[in-house]
Amino acid sequence: MSPAHAAALALGDDALILSHRLGEWAGRAPVLEEEVALANIALDLLGQARALLSLVGDEDELAYLRDERAFRNVQLVEQPCEDFAATVARQLLFSTYQHALYGQLAGADGPFTPLAAKAVKETAYHRDHAEQWTLRLGDGTAESHERMRRAVEGLWRFTGELFQPVEGLPEIDWQALRATWTERVTDVLERATLAVPTGPQSAAWAAGAGRQGVHTEPFGRMLAEMQHLHRSHPGATW
Amino acid sequence: MVTTPTPLEERLRALAGSVPDPELPMITLAELGVLRDVRVTGPGRVEVELTPTYTGCPAVEAMSADVERVLREHGQAEVSVRTVLSPAWSTDDITAEGRRKLAASGIAPPRPGHRAGGPVAVELGPTRHAGAPAPAEPVRCPHCGSADTTLLSRFSSTACKALRRCSVCREPFDHFKEL
Repeated sequence: MSPAHAAALALGDDALILSHRLGEWAGRAPVLEEEVALANIALDLLGQARALLSLVGDEDELAYLRDERAFRNVQLVEQPCEDFAATVARQLLFSTYQHALYGQLAGADGPFTPLAAKAVKETAYHRDHAEQWTLRLGDGTAESHERMRRAVEGLWRFTGELFQPVEGLPEIDWQALRATWTERVTDVLERATLAVPTGPQSAAWAAGAGRQGVHTEPFGRMLAEMQHLHRSHPGATW
Repeated sequence: MVTTPTPLEERLRALAGSVPDPELPMITLAELGVLRDVRVTGPGRVEVELTPTYTGCPAVEAMSADVERVLREHGQAEVSVRTVLSPAWSTDDITAEGRRKLAASGIAPPRPGHRAGGPVAVELGPTRHAGAPAPAEPVRCPHCGSADTTLLSRFSSTACKALRRCSVCREPFDHFKEL
């Protein structure tokens, strides 16, 4: 696989898997407006995933017929995040990353520039959405503050992987990306009266693991649900 | 390569452009600004370029099918519709007439001049966070024209709209978000 294809797969899988995780809120979100918001964010991500995976091959085959070890998404996006606070925390951590990454790609002149120039505007809304919820929950009740705190701390060890350089993206300045991300996330957490976690940003065994195809335990079950219809009924259409 | 459209291409472009948007049927594809190009490449053969509003916009497939159908009905045997991403669509591509029709249908049109993209400074209902700067230009209620409106949700019935409520006439309404 060419480096550009490997990069399209990495970014495409991030978008696809997070899209699926957000889609799991359909019918279960705390309020109707939030259900619609999460579904719309998921739809943006699915559109990005389709554009990226189509650069590599058949989008349906890639989404539905690969096994766990062939996915190149970061482990952050595959976490279940069943508490709404955890979904908000993940949205903050990931959309801040994706917005900065697409921002750099949009300003470069490479194969991902057209998509990035479009997607950066969409992810700006995702980031804004996550920021407002982080402020509301972090600086909310004792209960919402505690759950936001637990959520950010629980996900913190998956954030180091975001800055492992992805092969095929020579235009990205990963150090600058990390600095931008850290500054923006810190700013939001502080305004939300939440402490920036002090723990490691990656477990020793897990650094860069998702990008190598090594995933966490919940991912296999998520894939089983995501792929089962397509695998059980090949070629099924609406 | 830039070439002057032929009279046939102009006619086909007008036809394709007059197709209503599947999700906002009060405006046409031309008014939405998503029809990029119509080129005749041979007798009865035409190529159309559409650009999606949002990357994941599910309406693109319906738009393509509608454009294809209309051009076939007008004698074009082979119609191919391509989706192009670049340059990225912006709400500034919506025509003045398109904006007028959105407002007339109860959807607050996007404020112009936001090609750079991203959220315009937002406010989250009654809030204890006074950090956000005030937006340059208020979103007006499409029903009563009041500038006193509140954001209820950043994402509404589709990704391109936000849900707001007018503080004067109390009606909720959709706002086509600046992109």
